[in-house]
Amino acid sequence: MKILSSLLVVIATFLFSAFTPDAPTPYKIGDKATDFKLKSVDGKMYSMADFKSAKGFIVVFTCNHCPFAKKYEDRINDLAKKYKPKGYILLAINPNDPGVQPEDSFELMKVRAKEKGFVFPYLFDEGQKIYPQYGATKTPHAFLLDKNLVVKYIGAIDDNVDSASEVKEKYLENAIAALESGKTPSPETTKAIGCSIKAKQ
Amino acid sequence: MKYLLYLIFPLLFSNIIIAQKVATFDNYTTLEKEILSDKNTIYVVNFWATWCAPCVKELPHFEKLNSENKSVKVVLISLDFKNQFETKLLPFLKRKNIQSEVVFLSDKDYNTWLPIVSKDWSGSIPATLIIKNGKKIFAERIFSSYDELNEYVNKNIN
Repeated sequence: MKILSSLLVVIATFLFSAFTPDAPTPYKIGDKATDFKLKSVDGKMYSMADFKSAKGFIVVFTCNHCPFAKKYEDRINDLAKKYKPKGYILLAINPNDPGVQPEDSFELMKVRAKEKGFVFPYLFDEGQKIYPQYGATKTPHAFLLDKNLVVKYIGAIDDNVDSASEVKEKYLENAIAALESGKTPSPETTKAIGCSIKAKQ
Repeated sequence: MKYLLYLIFPLLFSNIIIAQKVATFDNYTTLEKEILSDKNTIYVVNFWATWCAPCVKELPHFEKLNSENKSVKVVLISLDFKNQFETKLLPFLKRKNIQSEVVFLSDKDYNTWLPIVSKDWSGSIPATLIIKNGKKIFAERIFSSYDELNEYVNKNIN
């Protein structure tokens, strides 16, 4: 009887795990990030693999509508300009479902990118396949990857959403500097503050 | 000219009255000491901002809690952007006739003060904190009705 019940538990566990859809585990420092092939506002598809000589990637989940993300638009654009010549490619991804947040549609991404003069690929996570793999939960939410797509930093861009001039600690830029000099970023993770990502309902 | 002054003066004054009601802190620890430290008071603290739609939606439940649940004091901590204090926050409070105590926290160094509120706080709002005898009960969640909020509060304070 005892054996039977243990067997049942084993079977039940197996069934349960077999039929529970796998929610991906959010990336931790040291994990290898997945590449993607996503459409940008210029109509072209982008992958990290396209940038053969890159030293690293700055992947920022961001969007049109979020007031918090808007505060960071210019800073993200400046980061892209500053680090591209140094070999670090910034790719922004809008993870939101436009059905939930119409302001985050692909068409309006194009409008916003033009208005703000974005110099980076502004990609649309169509079908919301990418952000859950990264474990992004907010906009903006930044991930720094090295050239082998190993995750080196996860979190906020800096410590002051109100104004770039009042920032005391530039978490993301410090992490890039650490990566550049072969050191471990400190901190390696911070809490990303912002709007929750809008999943399809 | 004189009449114009008569007209303008009360307008200015009304703004000042509203502004005086909202204490401003640039540091969470100071705010906690000044506003949330009375040992005989049970605080229900709601972190919100005018730009956060789900926060604005649940605000009436906190207003009702403040007026109907006599065992608690509601404090609404606004995390609005600094440059929207005058332009958005104050007009919002006036328009909605908010009666609970509102405090403006301009401390943007979230990674320093969020863990003081709760180490479990991932960084989204709305979030609600109950303080009873210095003990903190934290929830990063939305309350969709007054009853839901009131039940949650009563369960945690009794």
